[in-house]
Amino acid sequence: MLWEVDVLSADSANDHAARAVVKGAADLGIIACTSARAVTAWLIEGELSRSDLERVAASLLADPVTEQFTILELTGAASSAPDAADTPPAATLPFPLHVLPKPGVTDPAAQSVLEAMRLLGLEAVAVRSVKKYWLPELPRADAERLAWKLLASDAIHDVVVGPLPLRALSGGRPWAFTEVEVPLEGLDEAALAKLSRERCLALSPLELAAVRDHFAALGRTPLEIELETIAQTWSEHCCHKTLGSPIDHEGPAGAVRYDNLLKETVFAATREVREALGRGDWCVSVFRDNSGVVRFDGDHDICIKVETHNHPSAIEPYGGAATGLGGVIRDVLGTGLGAKPIANLDVFCVAAPDTPAAELPPGVIPPQRLLAGVVAGVRDYGNRMGIPTIAGAVAFHPGYLCNPLVFCGTVGIMPRNSAQAEVRKGDLVVVAGGRTGRDGIHGATFSSIELTSDSESQSGGSVQIGHAINEKMLVEFILEASRQRLFHAITDCGAGGLSSAVGEMGASLGATVDLDKVPLKYEGLSATEVWISEAQERMVLAVAPGDWEKLARIAADEGVEATAIGTFTGDGRIELKWAGRVAGALDCHFLHEGRPRQRLQSRYVPLPATAPAWSASTASLGATLLEILAAPDVASKEWIIRQYDHEVQGCSVVKPLLGPGEGPADATVVRGVLGRDRGIALGVGLRHRIGPLDPWQMAAGGIIEAVANVVAAGADPDRIALLDNFCWGDTRRPESLGTLVEACRACHDVAVDLGAPFVSGKDSLNNVFAWTDAAGKPRELSIPPTLLATAMGQVDDVRRVVTPDLKRPGSRLAVIGLTRDDLAGSQLEALGVVTGGAVPTIHAPSCRKTFRHLAGAIRDGGILACHDVSDGGLLAAVAEMAIGGGIGATIDLGKVPTLLEGGQERHADLTIAFAESPCRFVCEVDAASAGRMGEWLEGIPWAWVGEVVTAPEVTITGCFGADESVAIDRLARAWRSRQAST
Amino acid sequence: MLSPRVLVLRAPGTNCDHETVHAFERAGAIAKRVHVHALAEKPSLADDYQILCIPGGFSYGDDIASGRILALELKTRLGDLLARFRDRGGLVLGICNGFQVLMQTGMLVADPDGKPRASLAHNRSGQFTDQWVRLAAKPGKCAMLQGLDQPFDLPVAHGEGRFVTRCAADLDALAAAGQLVLRYTTDATGQPTNPNGSAGDVAGVCDPTGRVFGLMPHPERFLVATQHPSWNGRLDGDAFGAGLAIFASAVKAVS
Repeated sequence: MLWEVDVLSADSANDHAARAVVKGAADLGIIACTSARAVTAWLIEGELSRSDLERVAASLLADPVTEQFTILELTGAASSAPDAADTPPAATLPFPLHVLPKPGVTDPAAQSVLEAMRLLGLEAVAVRSVKKYWLPELPRADAERLAWKLLASDAIHDVVVGPLPLRALSGGRPWAFTEVEVPLEGLDEAALAKLSRERCLALSPLELAAVRDHFAALGRTPLEIELETIAQTWSEHCCHKTLGSPIDHEGPAGAVRYDNLLKETVFAATREVREALGRGDWCVSVFRDNSGVVRFDGDHDICIKVETHNHPSAIEPYGGAATGLGGVIRDVLGTGLGAKPIANLDVFCVAAPDTPAAELPPGVIPPQRLLAGVVAGVRDYGNRMGIPTIAGAVAFHPGYLCNPLVFCGTVGIMPRNSAQAEVRKGDLVVVAGGRTGRDGIHGATFSSIELTSDSESQSGGSVQIGHAINEKMLVEFILEASRQRLFHAITDCGAGGLSSAVGEMGASLGATVDLDKVPLKYEGLSATEVWISEAQERMVLAVAPGDWEKLARIAADEGVEATAIGTFTGDGRIELKWAGRVAGALDCHFLHEGRPRQRLQSRYVPLPATAPAWSASTASLGATLLEILAAPDVASKEWIIRQYDHEVQGCSVVKPLLGPGEGPADATVVRGVLGRDRGIALGVGLRHRIGPLDPWQMAAGGIIEAVANVVAAGADPDRIALLDNFCWGDTRRPESLGTLVEACRACHDVAVDLGAPFVSGKDSLNNVFAWTDAAGKPRELSIPPTLLATAMGQVDDVRRVVTPDLKRPGSRLAVIGLTRDDLAGSQLEALGVVTGGAVPTIHAPSCRKTFRHLAGAIRDGGILACHDVSDGGLLAAVAEMAIGGGIGATIDLGKVPTLLEGGQERHADLTIAFAESPCRFVCEVDAASAGRMGEWLEGIPWAWVGEVVTAPEVTITGCFGADESVAIDRLARAWRSRQAST
Repeated sequence: MLSPRVLVLRAPGTNCDHETVHAFERAGAIAKRVHVHALAEKPSLADDYQILCIPGGFSYGDDIASGRILALELKTRLGDLLARFRDRGGLVLGICNGFQVLMQTGMLVADPDGKPRASLAHNRSGQFTDQWVRLAAKPGKCAMLQGLDQPFDLPVAHGEGRFVTRCAADLDALAAAGQLVLRYTTDATGQPTNPNGSAGDVAGVCDPTGRVFGLMPHPERFLVATQHPSWNGRLDGDAFGAGLAIFASAVKAVS
């Protein structure tokens, strides 16, 4: 029997979902939809009576004070007359609309109901959650438009307009073993390319030819499961195919020949830094494990990883972002012998929220809905995990319209001497956590293929939905098992699923896996699907047979399913079995070393320098400042930050919003261990507007910004770990590959000059979108070259950190660093006040010197407040400090240290006020310590520029004398003017 | 004298258990995390403790309603364990999700016939919010708020914390009974800080005995000054935070 329980809030004033529907309908021009009611409905199948359902509803589904419920029996009749009992909540809302997860899509709430019903002694066969909306009489087309544009996502939902025509929730049938051969013999390049496309393998003809020849030498035809394993292992997502390539590059520094770009730039920088550190080397495990590990204190190491989840988020923002975060948390959990996740960070790159609907290519989700979706995904996953989301950024650029970027990062902590892990021969292959379903089939290869306007319909299977509580339980289990040292190695089941996880862990030993032993969410998965599914919340462990029983006991105590599915054999082969029969076998050496590498060509020619062209605007400095504070990149992200629990675990020291006026922080700081004073500072840098102008300076500028952020908070500049996340467009063209090579070169040079090693990284290439426009013309949109740099700093004593909010009237303001004529890519340019000009340039050795001197001043307690100057320039920085502190400041632009070339008075003022020259800081210095500034900053360009005052306003003195005051509440209003919410 | 012992009850999805243990330890108690499954298997475990705390988190995912499943589990698998714990002089504290659980069990503000008079609903904004609030306590008989006579700051972080009663009379009756012991109040600039639209600005309530107390704000997140968003340059980093006083009050009450 199939029952439906409808739960409705008793007071319509509290029906938030209904309000969102009415607002969304108005935005879509569906004016008839002036009111609505939203119902949380549950479909419950089983041998259950109406009185059983009454009990379930009263004690589990509905709140006795605030909600009411109705119970319907579904008969499956698709008649137009609604079920007699299914009465609308109001006569004006006769029309039901249902949005429900597609069969097989993870439905955590339904799972909760199914399990909680057992507490009542009731067993359901299946449960599904439904959002049901009662609407006014609407044309069917309008109802469907409302559903698909606002309420449902094609990738994961079904929509039913009118009564539900269901009688049962579908189940599956067990898969019958079959062998699928994929003949490659005799296929030429074109045929191989076609095969790769049709099977969604993302392998090049050259690679497929190697596979063809490998199997020809073995004298047999490859099986589908073998081909899929190779495709997953050789995917861009899993093996840095492009960045690890041999490349012939021609750039401003001449011709360079790389055998492996990544190894010779980013990895090389780390090696050089570590060599220079010698015995003081504080890197522990870098670029080998799921995250990079460095020394923290006498008892602990810390690790960090930042991942992207761009393509899934473009299709289904909520699920894509949530599982992106879930994945990177598992990376940390799967580092060494397991690390405890202690902080998350998130960075989103999207198009402007007000992009007109008419400019959206088909299949592209509007930026506002996309951003709300990814924020909600991170919120619901991160908050449930109990990991504070403490750092992040949102960057806006039209180039991200079709390919939004979603970066998720996690920091972890582990006892010392647990960073190294090694699988031993004879260890059991144990899969733990969530069950396996069809979720995310082809995620690894999909993320390596460019999106098209058809992707939304093609790739439904590659979208995963997260189930955070499963992962939270998994964390508890792993950390306890790790504490008792009950496994030899661990990795997460991410892209490529078991095929990648077991493949990597067994890369040298080999493994045999009984795929029919893998616990399934539902019947019907083939061996290949089980092997490559990217179902979430799963980890693979290598467990000595003697430890298995203890491990299984801990899993049971924590409510986690753990299953031994095979053995690491030592024969160097991956052998897959189903019910005792061999379903496929691959030689590990071929799998991991057999990929042919193709030498690529790249070229980079710098853009010619341009002189800045000024607009005729006559807006005052104050008026321009207000506009800049309200610019999307600069404006407060409070509406996002407050949705994240950024204080759970109790270690928070510098929060993302702080001071009496709740201004912005540069970096955020947490204690590593509760009750101890050593801290971790996190900062990010992203100079996406520079990307199209100069990839070297974009990358270098991002790194300097990330480092400046953590140094401004009091981190030790000699102990900063860096992460790189390259997101590029189509790198198959030599010109675009050239920009990637230049960015890698910048990473190397800057990291070496700063003495800051890269410890981990990831790339996401092919962020290109192809479509045919209304006129039938093929179009393409690529993201700007984007490097997200993340800096993880360490603070000796969190009681000595410094925040940007102004503290004390009567203290003095200093600017450190030189302001230059480098407005290209600035917020001032984005406003249209100026166009072109020079790109901000980095001289990393002088940056390092500045960082070290500033750190000395902070260590000596001389700095009351410190803010790194970035987006919006000097005046934006001072304004933010005043907003945070709730007290005013004066600033004399004529006193700011500059290297300007002359020019008009007004242009000089605007340049000093808003240039984004790198490596500059505004410091508030206690009057009593002012005398020591010269000594702290010896050899560094700096100057006194103003004072902190009681009056609640920022007073700006131009170079040529004119004063202008802007009240702090006006500044704050402008800065908070974009509190977009869902 | 022996230190009081605190049982910090966790369930799948509990996520403030470690810092809650830490808070009780700083307040002078010995605190231990105990899984609800372990307690259900062996209810006599609770006999060794004087305080039982249900910390914050998302028990069982909170996908249906916050605290609903854990409350149902406590009722169906542990029967009247919490009531007996209280009746033998123990204290029961629920923080955030733990408060939601206690409300769902009916231990705090139910009618004599067991019907709930109040509930914690979705925030008025419809959204989860993490922010700092100012609180005013009227400790009365509440064993866990003794000495908190001055307004103090704590953070909240929840999506379902709006205190609602069946009717205005229920709110008045609970106030008259001295059960509405903690309310959101105005900050230094006179702005109201009620973060969720709670009726009567209610942030925490106790049962008629004063030995069961639940609150939405997180006292375990303000044990030291460095946890306050405005501490830097204004407070001594080692100074105690207001939240510690709540744990200290609980520990003192059973010492």
